[in-house]
Amino acid sequence: MSDTRASRAALAVWATLIALFLLAPILLIVLYAFNPSNVQSWPLHGLSTKWFSSTWHNQEMRQAFGLSVRAALISTGIALLLGSMAAFAVHRFRFFGREAISFVLVLPLALPGIITGMALNSFFAFGGVSFSLTTIVIGHATFCIVTVYNNVIARLRRTQTSLVEASMDLGADGWQTFRHVTLPVIATALVAGGLLAFALSFDEVIVTTFTAGAQNTLPLWIFGSIRLGQNLPQVNVVVLFVIALTFVPVVLAQRLTRDTGVVRMTAGRRR
Amino acid sequence: MVKHDSRQQGAWRAPLGAALVTLAAMAIVACGGSGSSSASRTATAASIGKGEGKLNVIAWEGYTDPKWVKPFEQQTGCQVNAKYAGSSDEMVTLMRQGGGSQYDLVSASGDASLRLIRGGDVQAVNVNLIPDWVNFIPQLKSPPHNTVGGKHYGVSLQWGPNSLLYDTSKVTPAPTSWSVIYDPRYRGRITVPDNPIQIADAALYLSKHQPSLGISDPYELTASQLDAAKQLLKQQRPLIKKYWALASDEIDLFRNGDAVVGAAWPYQTNTLQADKAPVKDMIPSEGATGWADTWMLSAHAQHPNCAYQWMRWVSTPKVQAQQALSFGETPANTTACPFMDQIEKGSCARYHANAPASYFDSIRFWKTPTTDCGNGRNDCVDYGAWQQAWTEVKG
Amino acid sequence: MSAEATVRRAPRGGLRGRASAVLFRRAWLRAVLLLSAPGAWFVLIYLAALAILFVSAFWRVDGFTGKLVHAWNVDNFRQLVENPTYRTIALRTIGIAAAVTVTDALLAIPFAYFAARLASRRLQAVLFVIVLVPLWTSYLVRVYAWRLILAKDGIVNWALHGIGLGSVDVAYSNWAMWIVFSYIWLPFMILPVWVAFERVPASFLEASADLGARARTTFRRVLLPLVLPGVVAGSIFTFSLTLGDFITPTLVGGAGSDFIGNVVYRNVGIASNVPFAAAFATIPLLVMAVYLAIARRLGAFEAL
Repeated sequence: MSDTRASRAALAVWATLIALFLLAPILLIVLYAFNPSNVQSWPLHGLSTKWFSSTWHNQEMRQAFGLSVRAALISTGIALLLGSMAAFAVHRFRFFGREAISFVLVLPLALPGIITGMALNSFFAFGGVSFSLTTIVIGHATFCIVTVYNNVIARLRRTQTSLVEASMDLGADGWQTFRHVTLPVIATALVAGGLLAFALSFDEVIVTTFTAGAQNTLPLWIFGSIRLGQNLPQVNVVVLFVIALTFVPVVLAQRLTRDTGVVRMTAGRRR
Repeated sequence: MVKHDSRQQGAWRAPLGAALVTLAAMAIVACGGSGSSSASRTATAASIGKGEGKLNVIAWEGYTDPKWVKPFEQQTGCQVNAKYAGSSDEMVTLMRQGGGSQYDLVSASGDASLRLIRGGDVQAVNVNLIPDWVNFIPQLKSPPHNTVGGKHYGVSLQWGPNSLLYDTSKVTPAPTSWSVIYDPRYRGRITVPDNPIQIADAALYLSKHQPSLGISDPYELTASQLDAAKQLLKQQRPLIKKYWALASDEIDLFRNGDAVVGAAWPYQTNTLQADKAPVKDMIPSEGATGWADTWMLSAHAQHPNCAYQWMRWVSTPKVQAQQALSFGETPANTTACPFMDQIEKGSCARYHANAPASYFDSIRFWKTPTTDCGNGRNDCVDYGAWQQAWTEVKG
Repeated sequence: MSAEATVRRAPRGGLRGRASAVLFRRAWLRAVLLLSAPGAWFVLIYLAALAILFVSAFWRVDGFTGKLVHAWNVDNFRQLVENPTYRTIALRTIGIAAAVTVTDALLAIPFAYFAARLASRRLQAVLFVIVLVPLWTSYLVRVYAWRLILAKDGIVNWALHGIGLGSVDVAYSNWAMWIVFSYIWLPFMILPVWVAFERVPASFLEASADLGARARTTFRRVLLPLVLPGVVAGSIFTFSLTLGDFITPTLVGGAGSDFIGNVVYRNVGIASNVPFAAAFATIPLLVMAVYLAIARRLGAFEAL
């Protein structure tokens, strides 16, 4: 298609504006990590690094951070296992209800988070289950499974099944075939799906509000801190820290998922 | 090699298996209905035993500041997990979650405490195990919002008024009456709390400005009195910029010019003044509503010893002073006064911690509206009706 | 195929070899085994929870004890229909979700076109990271940052004032919610549209040009229909995420900005009236069911 020079220029300007739109609030968050006051106002009255050490020593924040990492790791583990199992089943076999399975797996992703959240909340209340790390993980894994499923099934669709049959015909048993043929094929899809599952779980608020007990995850700690705003810049410091920590995985994911396209990597939701 | 076609072979068996799994699941779910709840402790504790290493509390934001939580954890080995609630209603719901054994303590305000007592969610506390209890101001030793039938369902903590906050550069002359938050002059620049108990503020205002309604207690309203309050609030609705749900809402609204007048806690005033915003707060001529908070012990507390140790700790004068100044409220413990002045000169007087009883009595403290009007008649409306009215006002 | 034949075909002995051979031959067994765990998870937890939620919409809460009463009735739904407040809230929620979706599509399509077809590879990588970084930054904090941007004495008005354009009063209003929601969910629209643009073969566009179509015609008649599934896939996210949110309305909404989510949250987390919350939650559930059915027809599921 022959784009005129003018339309190319216009599109470039548009893309720049959108990029700024996406980045501006994040730059602001970084800037206000240095806010000397605990009240946000524009323009900033001076700069201070005093919140960095107080954040570092904030026990509540550390516990929340730890809980979030644990919840995200376990949820991601469950999602990797169950998501790829479902992907294999749906990819390899044709059976009645196959379509329904894809549909059900996508549901936690496509239904508003508040529905998943309160459904699980009344489910646990109904069963007399008290809220803990387990209930948080159950909530998170439910919507994380589909991100792994999406990634793996997309990869499988691009892989020839004859590879597996050839391996078996050459005398490899199921485990060997899985270990030496299937796993390498889906490895990067697992990494991409897993990264996304981790990110989703780590920042989830709405479902977690309904499934968390006495302990706070990091987003719940952030919400608590925002409520009173006594140590508001600490929140910015934590976010700055998380961005710094996750920047490498984001770039990594970009390289890993080049062949599957960006969307597999991110076909998930942030609540 | 025999050509095998897995696709056709499994065609009907997989869904059959899935269907069986589904049925089994339904059966399990259907049977798992009854909730479990542990037996509640009947007798109050006679002594404080060894700490359980953990304490789960529901608190107002800022009530579990590291300033006094850290030393507590170091001394007792009880690790504190705090869940912040945005309103009294939320506290009640959280207390009942998961059979009521999720949390040990709640810093309930007067409009939640009776509901928790009547609902059997909290247990009686032995105040003799709290040495500082004797130093509490007389009104808060056995106040009606936490003491029923001579039984103490918790220990009082702090109290304070809901004051009128205004921007001195935009609201002139300085207001003297709550009428300013119903004044169309400040359309789109007013903020009040998003809380059904806010109806009491309107009722208090009406009790002075429309005496014909016969409102004597802003928490004991008949259906027609509630209607009048609702009417006033509905007129106020278009003037409101935002019903603040978080303290930081109001701070941001005032700091960045979106609100110039509103109902506030002293905390917002302190924070804004510390940031050099041109604001002041005051108690208008009609008087003010206020809160008096109580640490209450869950009926199903899993860590009662840590809970007692916590109640004892937060009642000590130094912690009382720390919390009072951190949040902007008045300690229940009268001996906290010198500690307050030590932290911030003149703060004891500023928060009326040494004021005569008449000041305390001038504040209409939050309490749960019930049908009982306190005069033998039962023609008042209960809190459910208040909640309903508040939804209608906002909608 | 008989079990005997299976065993004979297995060259190695041992339990593992035999199991592996049985599994390889019995495809249905593999399917059942593979599906059992994820199937059980979804049926036992997710679908069961949804079922309980839906059923509890027909129960009620005892006003005095606050306990759930399993008495079948449709009072909750009657209240929803009869009280105009709830209708307003539902329409506001759906309206803003639709507005956000359209806005994001309009913002994303030119951006994604540029990113997928005009940008150099290096620039593509940069743009990709720019789109992704917001997703790794706390949602709550990003929403909160917008308060400072939109406030009366905030950044937007400061900039407008700087260039002598007066000021706008959008903070804490439905306008603010529209802007912030559009910002928050924009990456979820950009990514599927980007991929959709990437997937269009260059030969299609060349053919269109060869047949005499102008750039604009090619864009409208060839490209847009091909990326439509991507747009619809993105819209599932923007629409459903807005529909179910209650935090953005709490943080940047004004006096009349309650969403369905706020009412649901208040009823579950504060008023302890799960049946009513469940009844109200069926509205977004139904809306999404219809939406998903349409999206499926438009081929969005393949583009997810």
